[in-house]
Amino acid sequence: MAINLDSKIPSGPIESKWKNHKFNMKLVNPANKRKHSVIVVGTGLAGASAAASLGELGYKVKAFCVHESPRRAHSVAAQGGINAAKNYQNDGDSVYRLFYDTVKGGDFRAREANVHRLAEVSTAIIDTCVAQGVPFAREYGGLLSNRSFGGAQVSRTFYARGQTGQQLLLGAYSAMMRQVDLGQVELRTRREMLDLVIVDGKARGVSMRNLLTGEIESYEADAVVIATGGYSNVFYLSTNAMACAVTAAWKAHKKGALFANPCYTQIHPTCIPVHGENQSKLTLMSESLRNDGRVWVPKNKNDKRPPQDIPEGERDYYLERVYPSFGNLAPRDVASRQAKFRCDEGFGVGEGHAVYLDFKDAIQRYGEDKIAERYGNLFQMYDKITGENPYKMPMKIYPAPHYTMGGLWVDYNLMSTIPGLFVAGEANFSDHGANRLGASALMQGLADGYFVLPYTIGDYIANTKLEKVTTDNTAFKETKNEVETGINKLMNIKGNRTVESLHKELGRVMWDKCGMSRTREGLQEAAQKIAKIKQEFWNNVRIPGEVNYLNPELEKAGRVADFIELGELMCKDALEREESCGGHFREEHQENGEAKRNDDKFCHVAAWEWNGDNKPQTRHVEELKFENVKLATRSYK
Amino acid sequence: MSENKINLTLKVWRQKGQKDDGQFKEYHANDISTDASFLEMLDAVNEELISKGDDPIAFDHDCREGICGSCGFMIDGNAHGPQKSTTVCQLHMRHFKNGDSVTLEPWRASSFPVIKDLMVDRTAFDRIIRSGGYISVNTGNAQDGNALPIPKQDADEAFNAATCIGCGACVASCKNASAALFTSAKISHLGLLPQGQVEKDKRALRMVEQMDAEGFGACTSTGTCSASCPKDISLINIAKMNKDFLKASLTKKPEAHAGDGV
Repeated sequence: MAINLDSKIPSGPIESKWKNHKFNMKLVNPANKRKHSVIVVGTGLAGASAAASLGELGYKVKAFCVHESPRRAHSVAAQGGINAAKNYQNDGDSVYRLFYDTVKGGDFRAREANVHRLAEVSTAIIDTCVAQGVPFAREYGGLLSNRSFGGAQVSRTFYARGQTGQQLLLGAYSAMMRQVDLGQVELRTRREMLDLVIVDGKARGVSMRNLLTGEIESYEADAVVIATGGYSNVFYLSTNAMACAVTAAWKAHKKGALFANPCYTQIHPTCIPVHGENQSKLTLMSESLRNDGRVWVPKNKNDKRPPQDIPEGERDYYLERVYPSFGNLAPRDVASRQAKFRCDEGFGVGEGHAVYLDFKDAIQRYGEDKIAERYGNLFQMYDKITGENPYKMPMKIYPAPHYTMGGLWVDYNLMSTIPGLFVAGEANFSDHGANRLGASALMQGLADGYFVLPYTIGDYIANTKLEKVTTDNTAFKETKNEVETGINKLMNIKGNRTVESLHKELGRVMWDKCGMSRTREGLQEAAQKIAKIKQEFWNNVRIPGEVNYLNPELEKAGRVADFIELGELMCKDALEREESCGGHFREEHQENGEAKRNDDKFCHVAAWEWNGDNKPQTRHVEELKFENVKLATRSYK
Repeated sequence: MSENKINLTLKVWRQKGQKDDGQFKEYHANDISTDASFLEMLDAVNEELISKGDDPIAFDHDCREGICGSCGFMIDGNAHGPQKSTTVCQLHMRHFKNGDSVTLEPWRASSFPVIKDLMVDRTAFDRIIRSGGYISVNTGNAQDGNALPIPKQDADEAFNAATCIGCGACVASCKNASAALFTSAKISHLGLLPQGQVEKDKRALRMVEQMDAEGFGACTSTGTCSASCPKDISLINIAKMNKDFLKASLTKKPEAHAGDGV
C-alpha cells in the first residue's frame, strides 16, 4: 500500500497557520449539520469535550465508553494542573513561550505547527472551563491562582488542589450530559470498541461489545473519533486505571491506521514505589509536589539511617546539583533518569528502588496548613497507601510508567491515515514529541475536543461525498462476524494460565527491556521473550465465564492480546530509533547521562503500517522541520 | 512499609444477575500482604477461583486511587469499609488482623439494581446530572477567566462540594436510600458560583424531581451519608439544596411564550 504521510500543515507563518486554516476550512450549514452523525469512542477529557462541542454545533453524536459512567474515565485521576499561556502572573509567559517550552520539552520530536496551535488555544480552554463552573484555585482577590510545573520557568499551571483532572472532566462531562439532555448526544456506557468498520475506504462505523450482555452491536456514522487514551498498561504496573487499554486504537491500526512513535513512553519520576507481588497498579504523586518538595538521596551508599538522622551535609539534592537553573523542576524524563542512576549506583533508599521527596523546608517556610491546602489530598493518599505520614517523614518515590506520547498517526486536522477516522487526546501521537511536559496532557485533550475537532470534522464532512450507510451494509456484518470469531477463539483456548499472570509477565519484560533505558541487546531479547508470551497466551490462557454475559476476564484477555502485539512493535520501534530523545533512552546514545539525539538520521516521526498477523510491520517516515525553534541540544542546566 | 502476611475468611454476596436470587458464600484469602489494598486481596482470591475453574467475584473498580468512584461495596455493613474518608480501593490490609472474618455485600438500594455479585447499576446518578447538573454555556462563548473574580471562600466551598466522586456510598448507607447528598453536592457546587446563578432555581427543581423519579428515598437528616462519604461531602449541602428547592418552588414563574406581553 502506498502511504503518503502528508501532515497537511497549512502554509504561512507559524502564528497565522491555525487562524488562516480555520478561515479556509469549509463549513457545514446549520440545517445540514443535523443530517450528519459522528461517533465518539471514549469520554475522557478529549472524548467528552468533542462530544459536547459537536453536539452544540448540531451534529448527531453517538458517544461510547467502557465505564459505567463517563465521569469515571481516567482523565479523572490527573492531579496537578493544566497549562495555559495567560501570563496572569506577569512573569514573561506568552503563547510563543509555551510553544517554545513544549517543543523543547518534547526534545524536538513534535510537529511545530501542532504545538503552536495547542499553545494558542490554551487560553480559551481556561475561559471555557471557568464558564462551565470548574472551581479552579483562586487567590484572596478572587482571581485565578497558578503554580509551576516541570520544564518551565514561568507559573502557568491552573489547578484545583490535587484534583484538577477530576474537576475538568466533570466540566466536560456535564457539558456533554447537557447535550444528552437536549437529545444531541446519544450516550451508551459499558461498551468496548472491538473494531472499526470501513466502507468505501472511509471510517463509517464501529463494532462494540456490550459489556453487560456480551452482544456485539454495530453503529454507523459519517465520521469516527477515537479518544481512548494511552497504552501505559502494556507495562502491567503503571499509573493508568485498570481498564485503560490500547484496544480501540490497535483495532483501528489493524484496519489501516498507522501507529506512530510507539516507543515514546513517559516514565513519571514521582510515584509510590512497588510494594510486592500482589500489586495491581502504581499511584502517582503529582509533579506539582516538586514546587515545594526537594528530591534527595544520602551521599553514602546503602545508608540505612532514617532520613531525619541524616544531616544536611550528607544529603545529595541531586536535581538541584545537576540542573541548577531548573532544580527540582527538571522535566519528567530527565528527573526519572536521574533517580534511576542514583538507585542503580546504590544510593537508593528503602528497598533500594526509591529516593526521598522531602517537604521539611517548605513546611518550615509556610507551615503545615499552607502545605495541606496545596497538596492535602495527595499527602492523605500517600499516607493511606504506605502507612507513613509525609508531614513528618519525606515521601519515598520512584519512577513509573504514566503516559504515552506515541499513538495513532494523525495529520494537522487530527485525521488518521484512514479517511474519516479522527484521533484525539493521548490516543494520538501529535503534540508532545518524545517527552510530555507536566500539565500539558489535560491541555491537549481539551484543545483537541473543544477547539480542533469541531472545525476539522466539519471540513471533512463538507468536502467528502458520504453515501448513506446503514448497519445492514455487508461491511458491518463482516466486521461483526470477525469480532465474534475472535472472541470465540479466545474462549476456546481453555488453557491453564490466568490472563493476569500473562499480563504480568509481559509487563516485566517491557519494564526491564523497553522501560526507562534501552539497549540493542535488551530489545532483541525482549522481542524473543514477547514471542514466547504470545505463544503461551494463544495456547494456554484460561478465560472463565460465558461469552454472552458480563465477563471481566474476557474483556481483559482481549486487551492483553492487543498489548502483546503492541509490545512487539514498541521494541521494534525502540530498536530502529538509533538515538536517545526524551523518554526514549538508548544507552548506546548518551553524553554524560543525557539523551543524545541524532538529528541527521532521526529528525522524523516513525509511523508503522500493519501488514497482517505475524508479519513484520512497515516503517514509514514523516520528516520534521524546525523553522521556528532552532534544533539544539536540550539543556536544563 | 514492613510486609506482613495475614489470612482472612470472606463471606461474599454472590448473585448471577439482577433477576437471580443471591446468597452468601465463604472464601479464604490466604497469605495476603498487609501492604496490599482490599481490591488487590480480592484479585488474589479471584486468581485462585479462576485457576480452580470457578467464577470470579465481580466488582466494579478502575483507577484504584480513590477518585473515579467506580469501586464500592459494604464491608461488615460499612460502605467502603471501616476506614473513614477512604474508598475501598484505598483501604489497605494493614487495617485487618490475621484470622478476621469479613462480610462483603453490594450497595443495597432499589435504585441501584445489582448487576452481578458486588456490582450495581448507578446510572440513575447520570440521569440526575443530565437533568440540570451543568451550566448552559457553549464552547467558545466564554469571557476571560479573570473577568469574573470569585471570592476565594466561595470558590473553595464550591470546590469542596464538587469533589464528590459519585460512588453511591451515601445512598447505600442511608436507611431511606436517599440520594440527597449526591444531588445536593452538585446543586451546591454550581449554586455557590456566580456562573451558576441564572439557572439556580430551575436546576434545583429539575434535579430534585429527577432524584425522586429514580425512586431514591427521602432525606431524614440522620447524616449517615456524610459520615460514610469517602470525600467528606458535607451535610450542609443538603440544607442548601432544600433552601434552593423551596425558594424555587415558591417563586416559580411561568415560562414566557411567544406572544406574551405583546
